Amino acid sequence: MKFLISLIITAALSFAICLYCPWWSIAIIAFIVAVLIPQKPFVAFLSGFFALFIFWFVLTLYISNNNEHILAHKVSMIILKSDNPFALILITALIGALVAGFAALAGSFARKTK
Amino acid sequence: MKVLPFLLSSAVTVGLVVTLNTNLVLPAPLGSLLSPQQGIWQNAEDDNYNFSADLKFPQLIGKVNVYLDDRLVPHVFAEKENDVYFVQGYLHAKFRLWQMELQTLAAAGRASEIIGDKALDHDREFRRLGMVYAAEISEKEVEKDPVIKGECDAYTAGVNAYIDNLTESELPIEYKLLGYKPEKWNNLKTALFLKYMSYDLAGHDDDFEMTNAKSFFSPDDFNKLFPLVQDSLDPIIPKGTVFDSAKIKPVAPANVDSVYFDNKDMANVEEEKPDRDNGSNNWAVSGSKTRSGAPILCNDPHLGLNLPSLWFEMQLSTPTFNAYGATFPGAPGVVIGFNDSAAFGFTNGGRDVRDYYEIKFKDDTRKEYWFDSAWKKTDFRVEVIKIKDKPDYLDTVAYTIFGPVMYDKSFTGGRSDVHKNYAVRWKAHDPSDDLKAFNMLDHANNYADYNAAVTNLHTPGQNCVFACKSGDIAIRAQGEFPAKWKGQGDFIMPGVDSSYMWQGMIPQDEVPFQYDPARGFVSSANQKPADSTYPYYLGRDYPMYRGLYINRKLTEMNDITVQDMMDLQTSEYDVFAEMAVPIFLNNMKVDQLNDEETRYFNILKYWNLTDDAASKGATVFNIAWKDFTKEVYDDEYAHAPKVIMRPFESTLLESVLRDSAYKFLDNIGTDKVETLSDDVTAAFKKAVVELSKADKEGKLEWAKYKDTHISHLTKLEAFSSLHLPIGGGTYCVNAAKNDHGPSWRMVVSLKPQTEAYGIYPGGQSGNPGSKYYDDYVNKWVEGKYNILWMMEKGEEKDPRVKWKMVFSN
Repeated sequence: MKFLISLIITAALSFAICLYCPWWSIAIIAFIVAVLIPQKPFVAFLSGFFALFIFWFVLTLYISNNNEHILAHKVSMIILKSDNPFALILITALIGALVAGFAALAGSFARKTK
Repeated sequence: MKVLPFLLSSAVTVGLVVTLNTNLVLPAPLGSLLSPQQGIWQNAEDDNYNFSADLKFPQLIGKVNVYLDDRLVPHVFAEKENDVYFVQGYLHAKFRLWQMELQTLAAAGRASEIIGDKALDHDREFRRLGMVYAAEISEKEVEKDPVIKGECDAYTAGVNAYIDNLTESELPIEYKLLGYKPEKWNNLKTALFLKYMSYDLAGHDDDFEMTNAKSFFSPDDFNKLFPLVQDSLDPIIPKGTVFDSAKIKPVAPANVDSVYFDNKDMANVEEEKPDRDNGSNNWAVSGSKTRSGAPILCNDPHLGLNLPSLWFEMQLSTPTFNAYGATFPGAPGVVIGFNDSAAFGFTNGGRDVRDYYEIKFKDDTRKEYWFDSAWKKTDFRVEVIKIKDKPDYLDTVAYTIFGPVMYDKSFTGGRSDVHKNYAVRWKAHDPSDDLKAFNMLDHANNYADYNAAVTNLHTPGQNCVFACKSGDIAIRAQGEFPAKWKGQGDFIMPGVDSSYMWQGMIPQDEVPFQYDPARGFVSSANQKPADSTYPYYLGRDYPMYRGLYINRKLTEMNDITVQDMMDLQTSEYDVFAEMAVPIFLNNMKVDQLNDEETRYFNILKYWNLTDDAASKGATVFNIAWKDFTKEVYDDEYAHAPKVIMRPFESTLLESVLRDSAYKFLDNIGTDKVETLSDDVTAAFKKAVVELSKADKEGKLEWAKYKDTHISHLTKLEAFSSLHLPIGGGTYCVNAAKNDHGPSWRMVVSLKPQTEAYGIYPGGQSGNPGSKYYDDYVNKWVEGKYNILWMMEKGEEKDPRVKWKMVFSN
């Protein structure tokens, strides 16, 4: 239950903060959530990881789908050197997931250092 | 204690953020680029994006309604004239901000700020040509004209209104990928954009190449390679037109032969050059030749093909004027288009308005130079070139009475060495108020208005075509051009006294023009504006073939429809080949051709002289002619300096048609005397080697061999349209070359209810993530047109209107 709650809160607050702040503020959110909601470090990592993975994956997929993947086709050619919109969406989700996951892990350890 | 794991996981997090937010580790900051709420995903425009908006700007005087139609063309209705320019600026920025800024940065010699020191040579070239200097003079001239000043100020305010409200996520994708941000717009940037067009259209010169050719070849050979006269020329103003004698009679200096024409000096400079094929077609037919009885005007300017396109389609409507057409993102007004009474278009004049003078400085300080028997003080302009990730580069440019010293020992285009100083005299440095021409054309009702409008256009010189509903048609080889003595400025001139300077400008009432001619049409396709009876020197090199064909067809045609004009505008008939192919067919030693060569020879023999996409004959001819040119001239050029002029495109054909024993047919490297037959046959055998290779690669069909493409301004392939199956070429009315061609095609029938068609190879949106980015490209390739809808008041509910933007104060 705590896992689900921290996952949802991390995702929701990440969305809110990114309306005003740079993308990497998701790390601050994931960190704070992990500090406030006690979980085992590995579980905290997973909740941060999946919060952003799912959130960014769904959001990007939604955006790209409504765009008929016009942009994703082109940008995947530039960044990945292959025409693969899905891979670009996956990489986007992974970037958010890794940053939030490690930030949550740090948050969880920070709590235990107190 | 969990301090270590905490520090470790914190370090990993920070490391990830740094890695993904900068390009210290990765070539691009992937995190900020791909973050879905700010990065490139925000440029993925929703398929059903709603462009409607209600916007408030205190700068506006009245209300402005913008109706965006199903092709994303804005129809702007303003209550006050200057408000229309404010909204035009806003919309240009909304759809094309990145290209607008990039073009002005390139024009100002500031490309190094974005792409680093690989652009330094370009930046120095442009600074030293005086691009910023020229734009500053233009801006001052605009200050004196309250109408144009008001127009520019409103436009600038509109662009900035957009920039000021631009969020991180709305930044055009190119800014995100290249990692920089737009700066504020100003009137100088508009002036810089126009100077960029001047560079593109009136910045071409071959003075260094011609100087070396003059020094390398004997005078007789030189005149054969670079003739003053083209026999086949059909000038813009027809032969037989009577011109008054010149009001200004430029006098060649007394020492012109010894120190100029016969001077065997070599110049070691390689210029950066605009495309020499920046040309165009335009014509107007009078009602006497059309089925409807109304004049039809056509124009297709040929420029470099890029995405986002140079053009943006708009309707601008105010109580004082109502104009529709192609606009330049970067400048106010409609440039090529029509209003309620008239239509107008342009082709490039191609006159030589850029000359060089050799300067003698007293010493290395360059503080004084020798002029009219005295040492004259130099002015210095320090150009500060900012370079990405590097310290600034300071370039001190010396300004003389002629203009800036562009090439000297510190700068030779970065490629060769020189110990001489060359100052450039460029017409674009002179004050002029060229925007006034477009402002007045947008308002023009009749021939008198047109005349008053276009005489404001000084540089770049343009052949301005006009037609109006009252039935008049007209053309002017417009521009403010120096009155030159014969040969002046063809080569580098001595800069030690005033005798070689331009002696005056051709008065506007002596500019060649044609008004309602008896033949029922006017036309231009960059050929020489008049034959040698025109009392001023016009220079040497003009492309003449498209003009020949257009005039032939327009002479033949009667009962003309809009469709006929579209067919002519997209014609792929190759008139150059029509004249040149018989030379191959009549002189080829067929008995010396093997089976494979005979097969290709037969393709040429049965070719219909049309450069259509699937044509194999067009490929055979083009390669064979290229090899024929090399066969004829390469021996003469074998020991030539690197920087040297090759013969004009018409020289070989004109020479061989005139004289089948043309001197250069003989290969000077052999004992034998080669004939036309020898050269044609040898060239064809060489051509077959390349043809055979092209055939094996599946590239024998003309479109595949030519490979027309429209590159994004960054050259990123993913943002470009590549391998377009389009025919045409240099000598066709449809002059679609590999990266250059008809950048806007327009046909306007001036019936009581105007009927207009147009297309450009791009799309209204500059965003590669929008479906409107390149949606006209395929239609353009197919030679089809969009209907240009001049929306009227009361049509707000028309189904073509998809979105409405309201601008108010």
